[in-house]
Amino acid sequence: MTSLTIPGPLAAAPGSGWRKAKDRIATTVIYGSFLLALVPLVWLLWTVLSRGLHAITSDGWFTGSQRGITYRDGGGGALHAIVGTVEQVALCTVISVPIALLVAIYLVEYGRGPLARATTFMVDILTGIPSIVAALFIYAVFVTSFSGQRAGWLVSLALVMLMIPVVVRTTEEMLRLVPNELREASYALGVPKWKTIVKIVLPTAMSGIMTGIVLGVARVAGETAPLLVLVGYSPNDNSNLFSGPQGSLPGMIKDQFGNLGSTTILRGGHKVSVHYAADRMWGAALTLILLVMALNLLARLIASRSKVSS
Amino acid sequence: MDRTPSDTGTARLADPPERSRPAAAGSQPADRHAHAPVIGSSQPAAIPSDDEPVFGAGTLGGRVGPARFADRVLAGLSSGAGAFLVLLIGLVTVFLVIRALPAITADKSNFLTARTWDVGGDTPDFGVLPLLWVTVLISLVAMVLAVPVAIGIALFISQYAPARVARPVAYVIDLLAAIPSIIYGVWGIAVLAPKIQPVADWLSRHAGWIPLFKDYNVKGGTIFTGGVVLAVMILPIITAIGRDVFERTPRANIEAAWALGATHWEVIRLAVLPYGRPGLVSGAMLGLGRALGETIAITLILSKVSNAGAFSFSIFNGGETFASKIANNAAEFNSPAQTGAYIAAGLVLFVLTFAVNAAARWVVNRRKEFA
Amino acid sequence: MAKRIDARNLNIYYGKFLAVADVDFTIAPRSVTAFIGPSGCGKSTVLRTINRMHEVIAGATVQGELLLDGEDIYGADVDPVNVRRTIGMVFQRPNPFPTMSIYDNVAAGLKLQSSRMKRSDLDVVVEKSLRAANLWDEVKDRLAKPGAGLSGGQQQRLCIARAIAVEPQVLLMDEPCSALDPISTLAIEDLIQSLKQKYTIVIVTHNMQQAARVSERTAFFNLAGVGKPGQLVEIDETQKIFSNPTEKATEDYISGRFG
Repeated sequence: MTSLTIPGPLAAAPGSGWRKAKDRIATTVIYGSFLLALVPLVWLLWTVLSRGLHAITSDGWFTGSQRGITYRDGGGGALHAIVGTVEQVALCTVISVPIALLVAIYLVEYGRGPLARATTFMVDILTGIPSIVAALFIYAVFVTSFSGQRAGWLVSLALVMLMIPVVVRTTEEMLRLVPNELREASYALGVPKWKTIVKIVLPTAMSGIMTGIVLGVARVAGETAPLLVLVGYSPNDNSNLFSGPQGSLPGMIKDQFGNLGSTTILRGGHKVSVHYAADRMWGAALTLILLVMALNLLARLIASRSKVSS
Repeated sequence: MDRTPSDTGTARLADPPERSRPAAAGSQPADRHAHAPVIGSSQPAAIPSDDEPVFGAGTLGGRVGPARFADRVLAGLSSGAGAFLVLLIGLVTVFLVIRALPAITADKSNFLTARTWDVGGDTPDFGVLPLLWVTVLISLVAMVLAVPVAIGIALFISQYAPARVARPVAYVIDLLAAIPSIIYGVWGIAVLAPKIQPVADWLSRHAGWIPLFKDYNVKGGTIFTGGVVLAVMILPIITAIGRDVFERTPRANIEAAWALGATHWEVIRLAVLPYGRPGLVSGAMLGLGRALGETIAITLILSKVSNAGAFSFSIFNGGETFASKIANNAAEFNSPAQTGAYIAAGLVLFVLTFAVNAAARWVVNRRKEFA
Repeated sequence: MAKRIDARNLNIYYGKFLAVADVDFTIAPRSVTAFIGPSGCGKSTVLRTINRMHEVIAGATVQGELLLDGEDIYGADVDPVNVRRTIGMVFQRPNPFPTMSIYDNVAAGLKLQSSRMKRSDLDVVVEKSLRAANLWDEVKDRLAKPGAGLSGGQQQRLCIARAIAVEPQVLLMDEPCSALDPISTLAIEDLIQSLKQKYTIVIVTHNMQQAARVSERTAFFNLAGVGKPGQLVEIDETQKIFSNPTEKATEDYISGRFG
């Protein structure tokens, strides 16, 4: 689109050769930067897919745990980790969504004055809070101050701090897209404000809100820092969020990462080099990526059914 | 002054004022009160009998109760949730400070400037300077790599690519943000690091006299590797904001530049980049905030060095950031004094990211006032 | 069931800005009154004060009296929600609720105002309202379809059906035809003629022919001057306004010798 060449007297002004060259260089650099960004994405996804596929297609990956399996043993599953991640994220979602929706409603439908400005600012700050700081805060409150034990639910609490800003931001944006005409139409029918919000505004923005929630879930599902601080990793099945170490997909990746490298074992009288831990690590990584990508895809799908256009 | 719907795009719908009329206008209040009951009692006859059901017929006052109560409940709950968030950030600060203070007061050295980290014994002796240095250095490496590429991609999406290409491209870049950071970490150290080692070797062989490129014989787990991975991780953040501001360049500015006979690149340099600069600055700062706080990827990638106190200026050295220091030792949070030292480090990180994020928002908001 | 509206000394503010000053008028029950005037003269603002929609904008306030059959709708004990149940409104652009079916759009006011109503009663109201809005025959076979799927003119009639389903005393129309084609406009004008048997109707319009066609009385609004508030220049029989107005400003506007 930039290579429109104009022939004849219109073309060559003095210095135009260099200008054109600069233009061409810029175009190349700009296209190149996009291609450059594709390199790590494709490379990373390919690595995880090619190295993880073996593990997740093996028997018992989705039904077994890592109980009693050392880095010298093959096999074992990731069910304990999937269960832990799903539970922790589910509890986090149950806590985050109502708070986040209310905050967004406040900011769009009610908020004026200093509290609204402070809230907006704090949502921005929460968006940028490092996950390790959120984890330390929960630790300082529940473990140091109230002498609680590390457990899965504390991870959920730390994740709440990371999920709320994501859901608030998208919900806020969606609520602002709901035309004021609909609110006015509702008021003009004699519908009180709260019912206008609950029955007209929220349903109209619902698909966008759902998208925000799903993106929030995807964001926290892969969080690792809170796991390190707030719950021990367990290779066993533990579906109890409130007691004991618990497995999780990021935790499993970290655990297997600690035993990378090849191991020599005796098989049928021969020394064989194997990479059980690496296989499982990439398997867990692939499982996590599939989970997160599925959530992202779901978010796209919901967003495409939106009643309000962005 | 007719009010068109578009006027209210940003205006908030307000609560109906309880009583909007200034006192001066209601100059005959006694009269009014004398009226009201009369109206109330004389109206029922006006209720139509042929049409059922009837709402709001007769007196306008009356049943203020339930609707108003529910209105207050939702208003209260939602503003309460807003206040809760404000309180939450306050609590984070308070708790981190409370838990960090004893450790900082017990510290034998100056907490901010000391280069040692010895928190296990009876006389803790620690400081965050090396952590701060590595954190800042690795983030700067990431910024230097990510910002130009992000600007390029943002320009590609907003100025070069046709609409039907731009959307999928934007989506693909967003995918980079969806990948969990632990996966970046394992990929970075296990796959990427060996592949970019030759670049590091070449640089330190030919430019090793520059402190920045001095070889410390750390293979793989260097600040350089960590910076490259961080750059990929913050790329989508900066790109998203850059794309946003570039797309909002007023059509008229762009057309004016075209009309001057500018080349495509000149249009961008004359119209698009100047317009987008504040947005880019804040986008870059948000990326920086993310880089400063990134934990697990850096923890997995960076090699700990034996003598962290003698910190170097080289990007080919290892080290520990605030976040990776805390993460590396999270499993051994035993005594409150020891944990307090790590919480103190977390507090500094919190203050640092808070400042960077607040500054980024400030740049954006200041710009909004102009727009 | 239609009611009379009296405005006494109305001053309407946006924050500190006086948008419309000193408006007095009386609107008789079961009549159609048209508000005309140039853009920005405050006619829509006055219309929106009649059902207290004005005050949903932050900072907007009203001074003076607005009486509905003698009762001040800005009285201290009056709930604006009740005012709006009594005084319905149709907007410039058709705005059916996008998440609702045709049926639910018409039933929305009733369903959202009071919770419980028998389905059979609701059916009756929905059919009656749609018939009154001259829309029943066009939509009776697809009541469960989304309201947003109708044509612009049908959507506007759907909005009218929605407004009259809650049995208001007064119907306010804010340029209801400005977004519609001529045929749909004609349909709405016919509808206004039949609705005035039951309702007090106030319509804001930019179209003087429309004002002449549908209204019995016409109010002409104008700005008192640049930067000055809008004001009601005169209100009279439509025929008189269009043939022999009292004020010179009205005559200039009507005859196109304006601005």
